[in-house]
Amino acid sequence: MSMRLTPSRLSSAFAKGHAALVCFVTAGDPTAEATPAILDALVEGGADVIELGMPFTDPMADGPAIQLANLRSLAAGTKTADIFRIAADFRGRHPETPLVLMGYANPMTTRGPEWFAQECEKAGVDGVICVDIPPEEDPELGPALRSKGVSLIRLATPTTDEARLPAVLEGSSGFLYYVSVAGITGKQSAALDSIEQAMVRIKAHATIPVAVGFGVRTPEQAGPIARVADGVVVGSALIDLIAEHGANAAEPVRKLVSALADAVHSARKDVA
Amino acid sequence: MTTPTPNSFRTLPDERGHFGQFGGRYVAETLMPLILELETEYRKAKADPAFQAEFEDLLEHYVGRPSPLYFAPRLTEELAKAAQPGMGAQVWFKRDELNHTGAHKINNCIGQILLAMRMGKTRIIAETGAGQHGVATATVCARFGLPCTIFMGATDVVRQQPNVFRMKLLGAEVVPVTAGAGTLKDAMNEALRDWVANVHNTFYIIGTAAGPHPYPELVRDFQSVIGKEARAQMLSRIGRLPDVLVAAIGGGSNAIGLFHPFLDDADVKMLGVEAAGHGLDKLHAASLAGGRPGILHGNKTYLLQDEDGQILEGHSISAGLDYPGIGPEHAWLKEVGRVEYTSVTDTEALDAFQLLCRTEGIIPALEPAHAIAAVTKLAPTLPKDQIILANLCGRGDKDIFSVAEHLGVKI
Repeated sequence: MSMRLTPSRLSSAFAKGHAALVCFVTAGDPTAEATPAILDALVEGGADVIELGMPFTDPMADGPAIQLANLRSLAAGTKTADIFRIAADFRGRHPETPLVLMGYANPMTTRGPEWFAQECEKAGVDGVICVDIPPEEDPELGPALRSKGVSLIRLATPTTDEARLPAVLEGSSGFLYYVSVAGITGKQSAALDSIEQAMVRIKAHATIPVAVGFGVRTPEQAGPIARVADGVVVGSALIDLIAEHGANAAEPVRKLVSALADAVHSARKDVA
Repeated sequence: MTTPTPNSFRTLPDERGHFGQFGGRYVAETLMPLILELETEYRKAKADPAFQAEFEDLLEHYVGRPSPLYFAPRLTEELAKAAQPGMGAQVWFKRDELNHTGAHKINNCIGQILLAMRMGKTRIIAETGAGQHGVATATVCARFGLPCTIFMGATDVVRQQPNVFRMKLLGAEVVPVTAGAGTLKDAMNEALRDWVANVHNTFYIIGTAAGPHPYPELVRDFQSVIGKEARAQMLSRIGRLPDVLVAAIGGGSNAIGLFHPFLDDADVKMLGVEAAGHGLDKLHAASLAGGRPGILHGNKTYLLQDEDGQILEGHSISAGLDYPGIGPEHAWLKEVGRVEYTSVTDTEALDAFQLLCRTEGIIPALEPAHAIAAVTKLAPTLPKDQIILANLCGRGDKDIFSVAEHLGVKI
């Protein structure tokens, strides 16, 4: 059983007096060797939480940009062991920045949920987002993660109604990931007023922070969302930079993250 | 894992959609409310005599059911030649290749489009491999006047041109999927992506007894017309049940449709036939023989995968069997030992394809050619008074081009 520092890295990330910037990249894209420098660039740019994608052959919930990132990573030979090595090394370099793994059920559960949870604990992974394990299938992963003190971060969507929210929140911790559009990653973005309404609905039930993602690409989009949410998730826009610049992506990634962080971190001051 | 033998093999899935450790609802949260609504609507439809009556009426007058039950005398005789004296079982076929659109797929599509309309959905999507499910879906959409988008792997679009043209004639939009190897699993990924983005108005007609609960159950129920008819036809024709049922398995919808009504008939043995492709030690699509349990496309089942849980590409000469998974009820039936599963190679299926053409004047699809290949091995080992009933789940018109190519014939 792990002893967690109180407060946890994740709760600290959402308690800085400003909204948190959550940045997603796919582990091993373009190669496992290139990923550490990209992760460092995310932290240097001002990311508050790192989401490290676990590549999967069949990323059903992802749009073309992240699908291709998954395929690039797998084509470069990325294995699950590489991902945990990347995570453990990151923890060594960045003891304060929370890192969560995001991916699909099969790679996470294929050696058994206990094995996965233990590897997460050993590597200093703070949380796990699994796209295709809804609350109904929680026994497949949730108990193992919770027993190791690793947060299970669930997703809520525009189709998650009032009646369902308590079930989604039950057993989740760290933060709730609000998928602002019914769709796949990197496609259309939601109107701000629909996000605002969703926040009101969710906040009536949630005691954990709520981060908003899907379709957020620019500082201009991220800022206004940061006024109404506890965090903003950016993924496909970073993935596009990695696709364009490959092994030299760290610098352009740092620049975009820095601009996003400025917008997200100052958003609440703008309205104050 | 030890699994106790249940009193009945026909009571699953449980209320969570599980068949033992298999099945379930492994979908993105966006789809979850819809899946739950589908289950509620399906329960109501199942209990609604008007729904059942409309389903049965369409099967009779539009699909052409019941399909015949046929004793194959010359195939039986041919296979008995290789047998010891007194051996050489009788071979019978359930003729689902005579259905409208040429395969069993239409049974399920009729059921699902009635559900879609009951739920007020105005747009239909489907995935297809060989194109048979795509054609059947496009057919029912034309019949009921609903717009239809079919996702098909780009590789399969090339392999199955005649079916692509059929779907277009029927008014469907066919979207080639270039992700991955461009085959059935990639088409299913893309259909799921479309569904997530269009949940409000779209119904996804899944073609096989797989995917998230309640699909494996409802596809099985709609396809069970095959086994119900066969059981009644056997009893009325010869006053007894068959000794062995045989069916090909990709996702496994024709097989579960034949098997399910017989599962509690203890004396009826069952054999599911997977595609061994180039051989089980090479590229193949036999998930039960060469895979292990995992989670894909909404359900837990046997999957072809590597040690990290990455999904491997299946291979079969039959595009309809070319899928790295299998319906969860088959995974369970294997685990509890009620159904035996075997596999046959591309070459064995091609031989059986030609044998049936010559002995019975029936050109089978490459999918049931796998079942027939298994029958050619099994029949000589059983006594003459035993009865093998195989599901002839599709006709071979769609396959003549690829068979010609494999036989080195230019047409």
